[in-house]
Amino acid sequence: MRDTFVRTLSAIAETRPDLMLITADLGFGVLNDWASRFPGQFLNAGIAEQNMTGLAAGMALEGRTVFTYSLGSFPTVRCLEQIRNDVCYHEANVKIVTVGGGMSYGPVGASHHATEDLAIMRSLPNMVVISPGDHWETAEATRALLSLPGPAYLRLDKSAASPTHAPGEAFHVGKIRVVREGWDVTLAATGGILGEALHAADLLAAGGVRCRVLSVHTVKPLDSTALEAASRETGGIVTIEEHSLHGGLGGAIAEALLDAGAAPGFFLRFGLRTFSSIVGSQSYLRKVYGMDARSIAGAVSARLRLRHVAYHIAGMP
Amino acid sequence: MPEPIHSMLRESVETDTRALANRIRTHALRMTSRGGGSHIGAIFSCADILAVLYGGILDVDPHAPADPGRDRFVLSKGHAGGGLYAVLAERGFFPVEKLKTHYQDGSDLSGHVSHKLPGVDLSTGALGHGLSVAAGMAYAAELDKRTHRVFCLLSDGECNEGSTWEAILFAGHHGLDNLVAIVDYNRIQGIAPVSEVLELAPFPEKWTSFGWSVREVDGHSHPDLTKAMADVPFTPGKPSCLIARTTKGKGVSFMENTVLWHYRIPRGAEFDAALKELEKSA
Repeated sequence: MRDTFVRTLSAIAETRPDLMLITADLGFGVLNDWASRFPGQFLNAGIAEQNMTGLAAGMALEGRTVFTYSLGSFPTVRCLEQIRNDVCYHEANVKIVTVGGGMSYGPVGASHHATEDLAIMRSLPNMVVISPGDHWETAEATRALLSLPGPAYLRLDKSAASPTHAPGEAFHVGKIRVVREGWDVTLAATGGILGEALHAADLLAAGGVRCRVLSVHTVKPLDSTALEAASRETGGIVTIEEHSLHGGLGGAIAEALLDAGAAPGFFLRFGLRTFSSIVGSQSYLRKVYGMDARSIAGAVSARLRLRHVAYHIAGMP
Repeated sequence: MPEPIHSMLRESVETDTRALANRIRTHALRMTSRGGGSHIGAIFSCADILAVLYGGILDVDPHAPADPGRDRFVLSKGHAGGGLYAVLAERGFFPVEKLKTHYQDGSDLSGHVSHKLPGVDLSTGALGHGLSVAAGMAYAAELDKRTHRVFCLLSDGECNEGSTWEAILFAGHHGLDNLVAIVDYNRIQGIAPVSEVLELAPFPEKWTSFGWSVREVDGHSHPDLTKAMADVPFTPGKPSCLIARTTKGKGVSFMENTVLWHYRIPRGAEFDAALKELEKSA
């Protein structure tokens, strides 16, 4: 997703001289080309995320569209107060980009995981929160951010679902994409873990369960209409996020559905309950923390009391 | 670029900056007393700096507060917001009458400075933010080859914040000579003297070693402040730092150099005594 983002932005930079990309000394081999092609639109602020965010606010108040770029929770949690006061309060045109959403940088360790960012960012007034599920959504979201005034957060994942878009499909910030239609249960995912949701839907389909799969690429503002429809039209809502269970996608969807008086038949959340402190790759850690396709499909079939499907999934390679 | 209104403006602005400083202090006394707001010591400390800035140094126009060619001013020590409101009102950015709403229900005049008011370039209050944003403004101006300056007023206490030093390092590295940091160096911070909390000395040397051109000045001497601020950049190719040696609570004898008057609200006999002293020095 990182490369897709940089490629998409690079294709636009020439026609958008107001565009500025600031990194906190990350992106070796990734931003070099940008830096040499657009020297007046690139700044390495150093390993100083608070100053980077303040600089971005200052440049945005002077009319620029500024992207800040770093890894994990560095561009968000490290400089949260600058985001809150300097960016959000002033409605400054700053787009915060992290590479390594969730446990993308698995073996590097919990310090480099972004697992509370969605909850924290979505709590900020004026902040739009986007977490694409595949490369198409990443490119579309990047383009969309350029014409969206004000603060936004773009969470990029190392993993990505296989392409989900239909030819000619239009992308809209704040509009959930139904990437698979179904009526038994809804799987709502955000970020690259959408791939696990789709795989889980495949596993469940083999047992006769037809899942509706939603890509919730925009966590804020949340598309309540699509969620209400899913709640009414399917047997239950399952939320899937590579993120803490506190205040993330699952929490946001629960709030939206209860606010709308559209409580689902059942509600299941997949996400992190603890620090992601075990060492391993992203896919390994998803298994450990029970948010891989097999865990999801098994738990959903158990919840549906479809023991034969659960056994079937457990026995599958 | 629009025709600068500034040269014309300079002639029309307050020449008696001492009288302006006195009015800032008097407004601030009334505002903090009425509203129950604090930080009067911090406002009095920088009242002379604000008076000199708005008395002729800053190229700003109350009739065009968002003029792209204006000088920017960031009050990083946002707790002195009352002082900035007072000087903006005195300069005609909004009616002086509005100062009465400071700290009141439904007002735009929050204790810490708010950009909802014309003439305020940045809302601050949390310390250690202003210089980074000011550096961003200055960096953008340099990229666009615009000639306005960005002034930023800091407290010494906020030089405890690591983010302040991130900004100092950045501006020095990039040689932002359109950026001017003024430090209200009164040596008393939130609940104790600087010397007891985190000593800053050798203070000018710290800035110099980070690539800034530094001058020290008596922060209550209007001729000295004016002379120094009219002379920026002190060194072409370097950001300027003006360390203004000040007295916290300056202007009211019993408020001077005490930690108490960082937070204390002037009321009753104390209010009357303070007002009398200010009237006497008017």
